[in-house]
Amino acid sequence: MIRRHFLSLAASILLALGLTGTAQAEDGFIVVQSTTSTQNSGLFDHILPIFTDKTGIEVRVVAVGTGQAIKNAANGDGDVLFVHAKPAEEKFVAQGHGLARSDVMYNDFVIVGPPADPAGVAGMSDVVAALGKIAEAEAPFASRGDDSGTNKAELRLWGAAGIDVRAASGDWYRETGSGMGATLNTGTAMGAYIMTDRATWIAFGNKGDYKVAVEGDAKMFNQYGIILVNPEMHKNVKAELGQTFIDWVLSDEGQSAIAGYKVDGQQLFFPNAG
Amino acid sequence: MFSLTDILGEAFGLILTWDRNLSEIVMLSLRVTLSAVVISCLIGLPLGAVVGAFRFPGRGLVTVLLNTLMGLPPVVVGLVVYLMLSASGPLGVLQLLYTPGAMIIAQTILVTPIVAALTKQVVEDLHGEYAEQFASLGVGAFDRITALLWDARYSLLTVALAGFGRAVAEVGAVLIVGGNINHVTRVMTTTIALETSKGNLELALALGLLLLSIAVIVNAAVMALRASAVRAAYA
Repeated sequence: MIRRHFLSLAASILLALGLTGTAQAEDGFIVVQSTTSTQNSGLFDHILPIFTDKTGIEVRVVAVGTGQAIKNAANGDGDVLFVHAKPAEEKFVAQGHGLARSDVMYNDFVIVGPPADPAGVAGMSDVVAALGKIAEAEAPFASRGDDSGTNKAELRLWGAAGIDVRAASGDWYRETGSGMGATLNTGTAMGAYIMTDRATWIAFGNKGDYKVAVEGDAKMFNQYGIILVNPEMHKNVKAELGQTFIDWVLSDEGQSAIAGYKVDGQQLFFPNAG
Repeated sequence: MFSLTDILGEAFGLILTWDRNLSEIVMLSLRVTLSAVVISCLIGLPLGAVVGAFRFPGRGLVTVLLNTLMGLPPVVVGLVVYLMLSASGPLGVLQLLYTPGAMIIAQTILVTPIVAALTKQVVEDLHGEYAEQFASLGVGAFDRITALLWDARYSLLTVALAGFGRAVAEVGAVLIVGGNINHVTRVMTTTIALETSKGNLELALALGLLLLSIAVIVNAAVMALRASAVRAAYA
């Protein structure tokens, strides 16, 4: 009697699981491999509903570091790549993983620092000189260290400053190996300088008493690009739906949706397609 | 820096303003976790019982293996499942990557060894008491396993709950194979990770409290079921 009770309970649980498993059979979606900065800043929450309302296409965003996003897309696990590391994107296209690359928008990187400003860089706009002073003072600097777009840009700037940060890794140069938000959480807690994209910084909720220390250098320009994953190389790519999304992002409507996204009255991304 | 009242206030705020988005996340967490636990029990209970009740060559090795696999790092499981399910992987044609199905697979791999190893121990102890009786009555192998599992059912509920605890708290594997896609594969733990990375620490902690409350409810429900079953058995 009790045994039957248990069996029928188990059977009904299984049935319920089986039924809920069929909820998502429709094919009207694409997967976009993108970066944490576009996700964490809230941009996608702002622009994607507009696109979905218009076309009925659902956009599923996987937000990881640019390095991982590119690798995932190169495995064919995504229809569209939307990241910010132009040299790596061009390599992705050259290797045949993607079709044409288009500029979408830009914002800029800033270096944020503690109010005590141990390296004396607050208010500087020459980023290379500022990095030089940070290294000279051996002031703590928290790096993403995760091969993301921001990390690549940061390493290019250290290179331009002629500083070998690898030698200082674990000392004043600290690689968190995690996303932008996690690095900001860690870096602000240890009193380190951090290079971040402005969008993530403005939308970040745990700033403490940190302020932007270095900004305004043309070298800190942060360009975002969009690429359709090559359907000839990866058969499962939904080329038509993916291209519809790319066309919309590059259209006047998509571009003004990007420009219209503001946090605390500040525009986070500046469209520059075409 | 943060006061407990702020966090509790945020948690109550979450519950008061309970919206569709939040219930979607909670329901998906439960669906993924409970599916993984049910499948793990279907595999792990018989497997553990066989290893616990019978002597065979290599039994020690299997035991060591099961005990070791209890400590599988979730991120490694996530990576392996990702490589299997990736469009370039051997199972890419199934198109399971970035779906709840992929998350259930990853969690099943994490939970099955726990269920099997703990079941093995429970059944082995019970078998010590039953072995002579089984022998004198000439009970066959299949009947032995079902009798042992049935008589150990209350202890095995705790085994299933241990598996549930592992699965519901897990973030590394489901993040990689699910992708934390809004409305599709976003569960409680990945939401907590996301809100932490956005710097919304109070909200992240409040979600953590909510997750804990849900685990309490599930545990209490199972214990109540167990108590009423015990009463019915002796009535």
